Amino acid sequence: MSRRYDSRTTIFSPEGRLYQVEYAMEAIGNAGTAIGILSKDGVVLVGEKKVTSKLLQTSTSTEKMYKIDDHVACAVAGIMSNANILINTARVQAQRYTYAYQEPMPVEQLVQSLCDTKQGYTQFGGLRPFGVSFLFAGWDKNFGFQLYMSDPSGNYGGWKAAAIGANNQAAHSILKQDYKEDITREEAVQLALKVLSKTMDITSLTSEKLELAEVFLAPSGKVKYQVCSPETLTKLLVKFGVTQPATDTA
Amino acid sequence: MECVFGMVGKGFAIVVADTSAVHGILVHKTNEEKIMKLDSHKLIAASGEGGDRVQFSEYIHKNVALYQFRNGIPLTTSAAANFTRAELAAALRKNPYAVNILLAGYDNHTGPSLYYIDYLATLHKVDKAAFGYASYLSLSMMDTHYHAGMSLQEAIDLVDKCITEIRSRLVVAPPNFVIKIVDQHGARECAWRQSLPSASPTFC
Repeated sequence: MSRRYDSRTTIFSPEGRLYQVEYAMEAIGNAGTAIGILSKDGVVLVGEKKVTSKLLQTSTSTEKMYKIDDHVACAVAGIMSNANILINTARVQAQRYTYAYQEPMPVEQLVQSLCDTKQGYTQFGGLRPFGVSFLFAGWDKNFGFQLYMSDPSGNYGGWKAAAIGANNQAAHSILKQDYKEDITREEAVQLALKVLSKTMDITSLTSEKLELAEVFLAPSGKVKYQVCSPETLTKLLVKFGVTQPATDTA
Repeated sequence: MECVFGMVGKGFAIVVADTSAVHGILVHKTNEEKIMKLDSHKLIAASGEGGDRVQFSEYIHKNVALYQFRNGIPLTTSAAANFTRAELAAALRKNPYAVNILLAGYDNHTGPSLYYIDYLATLHKVDKAAFGYASYLSLSMMDTHYHAGMSLQEAIDLVDKCITEIRSRLVVAPPNFVIKIVDQHGARECAWRQSLPSASPTFC
């Protein structure tokens, strides 16, 4: 019966639901997991790569992590092409702010601005919502390190630890148990990798299947966004015991 | 004939403006407030075309307030100054505002600051500045006597020296001036200098 109400994005069903938004979230539930953890001295983002092939040129591009501005980065889960549009929108919004105020855009304002864009697609225009969820990691002088999660409805929240994509509920429950308030960045990396290894349904974790990025302050005081190299990532996986060392991969 | 000038001292910024509202040869009033409180810790001293002055200051004031309501945090003085400059620049080649502005503010981490923004959307962060005919007289006075880190009393003495110069050397010098300061405690009126005592200061 409610099928009649779900082909148009911008109307409610009789039960008061927006089906297109819910279907968008379904689509994201099939995408690679991404986990974000807020620590005292930085924010850690970890993502599961779905597109793994020896033929893939992985030198410069990333699948899950993107830099929005010098002080903000994000991890995505969902339809990649949709994500690219929103990432570009976020980048433009950040630069527009800096153009007006000559200062970096506060992280929450950037997230809010992007979420306002997403919300528009649930209310007018007749276009479907974006099939992407984001984890935003950043630093600003008002609130220090921050982690935000946003979904296709345009809702967002600030989190200490969050997960999006496949198995995000399982990831959330593990995070709820193991996250502690004064976690350091190194411990956060360890926790993120541990949680991902538990929620990913494959036998062994290798660096080709993951992306790891951190947002932290360099000694100079500038915000740094660093994507972990595959070699370093492999070493970390061995160090934290979430992979078999020196196994041959197909 | 409008006189606006200001300078940065130790932990505060001070701005002075004349208080005459003039139309041709007629003085409408001698207690016009040309220095507006932009928010708790910012002052905007504007001089220029009557309508533009009020219109533009109010516009900036409302946008600064809106930012604070939306985002829960105030704009820094630098951000407010850059925003003001950008608004002037956007209007410049369409329907320009004929307003010159001195924006003084205090931020917790960076202390007091003063910004010179002229009607062509020039922006400079400065220690001392002046607009109008007063600039010819007060800038040289400040060049001689100003030094960084002046106390409030030293700054007010220098302001008085400038006002004396303006009164003695400018052919149609405005009779009354208002002095406002901004420091860690906020933006507020500091003093008046009146040579026409019948015009009593009114508080909006």
